Amino acid sequence: MASVSTPPVVGGGSAATSAAAARRPRRPLGRRRGRYPGEATAGWLFSAPAVVLLIVFLLVPILMALWVSLTGWTGQGSPFAGGVPFAGGTNYAQLLVRPGLEREDFMTSIRNTLYYVLLVVPLQTGLALFLAMVVNQRRLMGRTFFRTAFYFPSVTSSVAISILFLFMFTGTGAINTLLGFVGIRGPSWFNDSDGLLHLILGGLHIVDPNSPPGALANHGLLGLSWWEWLSGPSVAMCAIIMLVVWTTSGTFMLIFLAALQDLPMDVEESSILDGANVWQRLWHVTLPQLRPQVFLVITLGLIGSWQVFDQIFIISQGGPDKTTLSPAYLSYTTGFGDQQYPAGAAMSFVLFAIIVVMTLVQRFLLRDKDDGRERRAERRLRRSMRREGTA
Amino acid sequence: MSRMTRPLAGAAVLAAAALLAAGCGSGFNSNNSQPAQKTGPASLQILIASSGDAETAAVKQAAAAWAKSSGNKATVTPAQNIDQQLGQAFAGNKPPDVFYMDASKVADYASVGALYPYGNKVNNPNDFYPTLRAAFTYKGTFYCAPKDFSTLGLVINTDLWSKAGLTDADLPTTWNQFTTDLQKIKAKGIVPLAVSPSHDRVDAFIKEAGGSIVDKSGKPDADSPQNVQALTYVQGLLKQGLMKYSSQLDTGWGGEALGTGKAAITIEGNWIEGAMKSDYPKIKYEIAPMPSGPAGPGTLEFTQCWGVSAKSKNHAADIAFVNAMTAPQQQLAFAKAFGVIPSRQSVQATYEQQFPTDKAFLAGAPNGVGPVNAPKVSDVLADYDTQLTQLAKTSPSAVLSRLQTNLTSALGG
Repeated sequence: MASVSTPPVVGGGSAATSAAAARRPRRPLGRRRGRYPGEATAGWLFSAPAVVLLIVFLLVPILMALWVSLTGWTGQGSPFAGGVPFAGGTNYAQLLVRPGLEREDFMTSIRNTLYYVLLVVPLQTGLALFLAMVVNQRRLMGRTFFRTAFYFPSVTSSVAISILFLFMFTGTGAINTLLGFVGIRGPSWFNDSDGLLHLILGGLHIVDPNSPPGALANHGLLGLSWWEWLSGPSVAMCAIIMLVVWTTSGTFMLIFLAALQDLPMDVEESSILDGANVWQRLWHVTLPQLRPQVFLVITLGLIGSWQVFDQIFIISQGGPDKTTLSPAYLSYTTGFGDQQYPAGAAMSFVLFAIIVVMTLVQRFLLRDKDDGRERRAERRLRRSMRREGTA
Repeated sequence: MSRMTRPLAGAAVLAAAALLAAGCGSGFNSNNSQPAQKTGPASLQILIASSGDAETAAVKQAAAAWAKSSGNKATVTPAQNIDQQLGQAFAGNKPPDVFYMDASKVADYASVGALYPYGNKVNNPNDFYPTLRAAFTYKGTFYCAPKDFSTLGLVINTDLWSKAGLTDADLPTTWNQFTTDLQKIKAKGIVPLAVSPSHDRVDAFIKEAGGSIVDKSGKPDADSPQNVQALTYVQGLLKQGLMKYSSQLDTGWGGEALGTGKAAITIEGNWIEGAMKSDYPKIKYEIAPMPSGPAGPGTLEFTQCWGVSAKSKNHAADIAFVNAMTAPQQQLAFAKAFGVIPSRQSVQATYEQQFPTDKAFLAGAPNGVGPVNAPKVSDVLADYDTQLTQLAKTSPSAVLSRLQTNLTSALGG
């Protein structure tokens, strides 16, 4: 048993070990000279088309948008022309510091998306892993059919699926009819703005949602009261969460499936010989080997979820009661609905910052602890070597 | 090479990108310069937000006829999403010459100098309804010629109406009578009134109470006693179960609530006629004017104008085109083709003759008020809509003082 808890990954040839190995060789101090003169120039020349494309289509538009977010551009003519006033951080201050509707709306959108991400990312990762394991079974009948079926939502247009869900989740739609068979009166999904946490707190008679305690209702952070921050996703948002989990888990299933098929059989066989049961094999053998894929799926999931737009644009347009407003959708309506392009651009940069921070946090939490220990030891060793050298 | 190479290369790339960005920028003209006007035959670009194939075809046909008789060229393009397409066109310095402009957006565009204020240069401008001219007037300037308009009225399911024992004599003229009618319908177990949860419906009561969201000089005036009175009346209807928002009935808008028989009455404009005809042909309905409030009759008006961009190089041809499109005969032709109400008073009599069912809508014209005429308030109004959906639970004065605060900060005092 004890031997199982530290999986024998050596010689496994899994992506985990090979990725770690690729990272390990440190660049020696002092630059390595090319074998031939002009090698660097040739390298730049060969990569020039890609570099130019990246600059023209990625870097330049980003810098232009950054500039727009710092101006008071009204959307008339070029934002780079002479008459456009420079606004400095005003647009950012409006979103983050200055009390007012702009900040309230933006913070509402952040709250909504925070709950959305908190539910979507774990659910879609878990479901994707589960589906991958199911269709990876060698004994499963009709594997190809199930693989196609699970992957199908991912290749269908998100617009079509959103409209489909719109019909399924109407008050008298398929979902509520099904719930009716088991005696549950379903909510009017996309019109229901009640927060899930509010409903739970109210249902357990801890707090009355119609008159929340003053400690929560009268104090707050960044323009929203604590009570509003603690709303949880609204019923409407929950329906969107279900839609997104259903559509994206197919894609991520594919990533997990590819990794699972690459896992060495002998490791699993030896763990069976060691007497590990199904759960132990999953937790201590399979999952540790899938760490790079889990990291990839969570990272992609985080980035994608924070940018949620299509489903909201089609289904709810931020309603009911702003409970499905997302920063990406708010940025669009602020820019094109209200012609406040600078404020809209500023929102997208704040969103960008949030995504970067979240990804870094997630990277830190999911870091390979063994790898970190090794690296720290290596660093210590080098430092001591240097000290000896200078002494 | 030294260890500095990496940051240096990064800086070089950034600098190159910045130069490129500046280069892209310099490709445009500088802002706010009036373009030199061209002479001779013009080629006009016209962007329309079409309600459907019928409208597109009718406008294209009218534009072609004008182009032929005047020796110009006119290209009509129906927009998929006119807000976004106009925004991109203005940002790219290539706006269409003439375009549909909604009254709720006029202040946005006028405040940044995007519109050419030609309102008084068209033929017989005083023939347009005064309320429509007001809707397209920003800071004292009449910007553009109204294309057509609609007003709100009561749309009543006649079967459910008579089921409650009501007759034509009961058609409400006052708020009190309206309440009594609704109570009689409710007594039969029918939802009496369904309204879309939007200020574009509820504000009709504000007009009837003599209030407004923004006063004539463009200052926020949302927390007036008249407005409180109006919302208190609406709140009373909601609390007594005499009125429900269409979303509470699981319908997308008032017309759907009426068409599916979930409510006996709704408040909508003449666009409901097309929807009833195509989606709910079995429902019999009649249209009545909105009831009068404490300050007399009142309704809301929705209208679009023929916007002309300030940057167009063909202003003379633009105005000639608008003259052709707003000519009395042409307006009647449009009315026939795609069911809009002409914006000129001189054709009202003819129109009423041809479309007698629209009489109730036309009756609202002198007492109507256009959308909130102030720039950059759509987020404020969206927030107001959210507050309105909660009206049964909150206090009208709280809703209105919040609106007043937000308007004041959006309009800068």
